[in-house]
Amino acid sequence: MKKELGIFGLLAVLCIVTAIINPRFISLANLTNTANLIGIYGIFSIGLGLVIITGGIDLSVGSMFALAGVILSIALREWELFWPLAALLVIALPMALGWVHGALVTKMRIQPFIVTLCGLLLYRGLARFIAGDNTKGFGNAEGFTTLKALASGKFLGLPMPFVILIVVSIIMWFVLHRSVYGRYLFAVGRNEQATRFSGINTKRVIASSYILAGLLTGIASILLAFYTNSISPSTHGNFYELYAIAAAVLGGCSLRGGEGSIIGILIGTALLQVLQNLVNLLGIPSSLNFAVMGAVVLLGVMADSFIGNRNQKKVA
Amino acid sequence: MSPLLEMRGISKGFPGVRALDKVDLSLDKGEVLALVGENGAGKSTLMNILGGIYQPDSGSVFVDGKETSIDGVEAAIDLGIAFIHQELNVVDNLDVAANIFLGREPRIKPFGLVDRKKIHADAEPYINRLGLDIPSDTRLDKLSVAYQQMVEIAKALSLNARIIIMDEPTSSLTLTETKRLLELVKELREQGVSIIYISHRLGEVDEIADRALVLRDGKNAGELKREKISHDNLVNLMVGRDIDSFYVESKIAEAPGHFQARGLRSNRYPDQEVSFDASKGEILGFAGLVGAGRSEIAKALVRLDTTSDARIRIDGNEISVNTPKDAINNGIYLVPEDRRAEGLVTAMSIRENITLPDLDNYAKWGLINTEQERTATTEQVAKLKVKTPNNETLVQNLSGGNQQKVVLAKWLSMKPKVMILDEPTRGIDVGSKAEFYHLMRDLADQGEVIIMISSDMEEILHVCDRIAVMHEGRITGVLDREDFTETNIMQLAVGQNVAAAHPPF
Ligand SMILES: Nc1ncnc2c1ncn2[C@@H]1O[C@H](COP(=O)(O)OP(=O)(O)OP(=O)(O)O)[C@@H](O)[C@H]1O
Ligand SMILES: [Mg+2]
Repeated sequence: MKKELGIFGLLAVLCIVTAIINPRFISLANLTNTANLIGIYGIFSIGLGLVIITGGIDLSVGSMFALAGVILSIALREWELFWPLAALLVIALPMALGWVHGALVTKMRIQPFIVTLCGLLLYRGLARFIAGDNTKGFGNAEGFTTLKALASGKFLGLPMPFVILIVVSIIMWFVLHRSVYGRYLFAVGRNEQATRFSGINTKRVIASSYILAGLLTGIASILLAFYTNSISPSTHGNFYELYAIAAAVLGGCSLRGGEGSIIGILIGTALLQVLQNLVNLLGIPSSLNFAVMGAVVLLGVMADSFIGNRNQKKVA
Repeated sequence: MSPLLEMRGISKGFPGVRALDKVDLSLDKGEVLALVGENGAGKSTLMNILGGIYQPDSGSVFVDGKETSIDGVEAAIDLGIAFIHQELNVVDNLDVAANIFLGREPRIKPFGLVDRKKIHADAEPYINRLGLDIPSDTRLDKLSVAYQQMVEIAKALSLNARIIIMDEPTSSLTLTETKRLLELVKELREQGVSIIYISHRLGEVDEIADRALVLRDGKNAGELKREKISHDNLVNLMVGRDIDSFYVESKIAEAPGHFQARGLRSNRYPDQEVSFDASKGEILGFAGLVGAGRSEIAKALVRLDTTSDARIRIDGNEISVNTPKDAINNGIYLVPEDRRAEGLVTAMSIRENITLPDLDNYAKWGLINTEQERTATTEQVAKLKVKTPNNETLVQNLSGGNQQKVVLAKWLSMKPKVMILDEPTRGIDVGSKAEFYHLMRDLADQGEVIIMISSDMEEILHVCDRIAVMHEGRITGVLDREDFTETNIMQLAVGQNVAAAHPPF
């Protein structure tokens, strides 16, 4: 909890400073757009966070976005699938891929980094091939306006992705912090062997985290596709897995596994989005975007380990 | 002449615990000082201060009569203090020689590469001195806990230390290895090395200690000179009272063949089949040398080792056990040997550890009822007298013996039919041991089958109703209570025949 408090403080300071320097930060349009992005990024960051808590990693998220986006467009516009079916297909696909990742990790004992690195390359290539390297879009959404509204509309004045994120967060908070399954996720991440000796099917727990991450990636992929409204297969979703990893780590997840929280991941996500926003609003050259983000993540993690060490000293 | 080492008025607190309260300790050259006390009395903490791992809140340390501050492990090593920790500290993907000389590898000039020939040649004498018959290029993860422990001792020897701290060095050793170690301690004493020896096996203390220092609740409880050291005197100082009958009378077991295991095989000895019977209400001991395959058979029983398709019958009913979960569902529990690797998720709280194998029972619709968890934990913690500030304490912050109690609590909180305990009392103090034996007997009397693997000869001779002895992956014989002798067990353990022994079923 203390961990989250620290980074929440950082987020608050950042918001205040940005708002003072450029009041446009708290304009309705800007806040709405930021909330929209936090919604999209938050959903898949939570998924990746689960995988990280089991001690794994998923590098293929960005490429999955490209593949799912391309297929969504084709399904809706070329095959003219009934939109709920298309949405289901696009959610099921990353889940199936997650299932494969989980099986490779647990059954074949290949390291998650390798498995999903190969996924990253594979799905990007597939997306480009399927799309013929052409940009895909949704036109005027004829026949699937409902889906478009669900993905990029508003609810009570809030952008849909943000609303969906709230729902997802509440559910996942119970799953991770209150459920038996969540306890197993942490236990597996901290000591898989002892967990196995306690009669828990640790392989299933680990594998399922990839499927769950796939589910959230699938949902996010629809939101993202309608947010960008056009999918250029070679760049769509590029680096997104890294944003999620950065958000999770900022939010207190340890890449060694066994640590992390939903609240932390949410704050981490928000921090990264506000940071992007700040780069824009403060007129910092957007070429410096990544550099700013890298520096802040590093600082955040350093501060965290500094505080951690101090606490430990007190114990010892 | 001032003593070699003096610690004066050492105090140390942790959140919620006063681990040490003005403790004094002195040590002469060539002296073996036993440090004894109940679990959580502060023994390891005091030694961690001497070893430079913790800094005391107050108090001072004198070496050779000069006040010194030991502000790190290097400082301790420079002072000639070597520390063999209670929990193993080996790098198990490196070989024996590399572990012994970790951080002090012989180099080849000019590039500073490790001199592989020399490191192995240098390691050889230490390995021989401990009577280990293993090549110095064996990777540590290929060795049993006992051997890993011996490698740690070899490392301490190689430091040419003046003071060697041994924190429960024999807790994972069997009789032969323990004897070897005690011999070694005596040899070192002859050579003028001073040793601080922590152990819950009071027989060992009696055998080698020149003096015993007793801690109780973080305070000095008293000291015994060589001629005053005895089991009773030690216990009296440790717990402040006498312990009633140390061992429990065995009740006649009923229903022979109540539990049947057939065709067990392990990864380690895939060609050996082990089968045995146990009666309802019986405590069946498994004795043998380290590496005899006892733990492996235990793992095969609960399908943590899937080499064989074992057939298990309880009360005449064949039960199918295909996964560890099946074993648990059928009431067959294994309390594993290595508490830190297999028994506990040490970064989790006592509560989370105790409920882990049975979490579904504390949950409704998949959501955990924390209140229920707390109640169960409080009950178990009280029952086993785990010394802890509260139930939410992380297991890694408990003393070694108290961690072991949490492992036991974890499995006792469920209702077992067959309980397999692998070295259950490792690191547990005498008082708690006696209570634990009572608990085991109570469970047996309720009709459960208790299978206890133990390398503690005293324990196995006194607690069990029958003893199965293993040698190289097979049971060489089963002894009835009237034939329990150390000689019988040792003979079976090295694979010789004993007239009094029965076949296992
Ligand atoms: N890092 C720590 N953080 C919090 N409490 C600690 C820590 N280390 C030890 N303690 C507490 O200090 C007390 C003394 O522990 P210590 O390990 O010295 O006991 P011990 O005498 O070695 O016991 P054992 O025989 O079980 O090994 C215990 O109550 C323990 O819970
Ligand atoms: Mg200790």
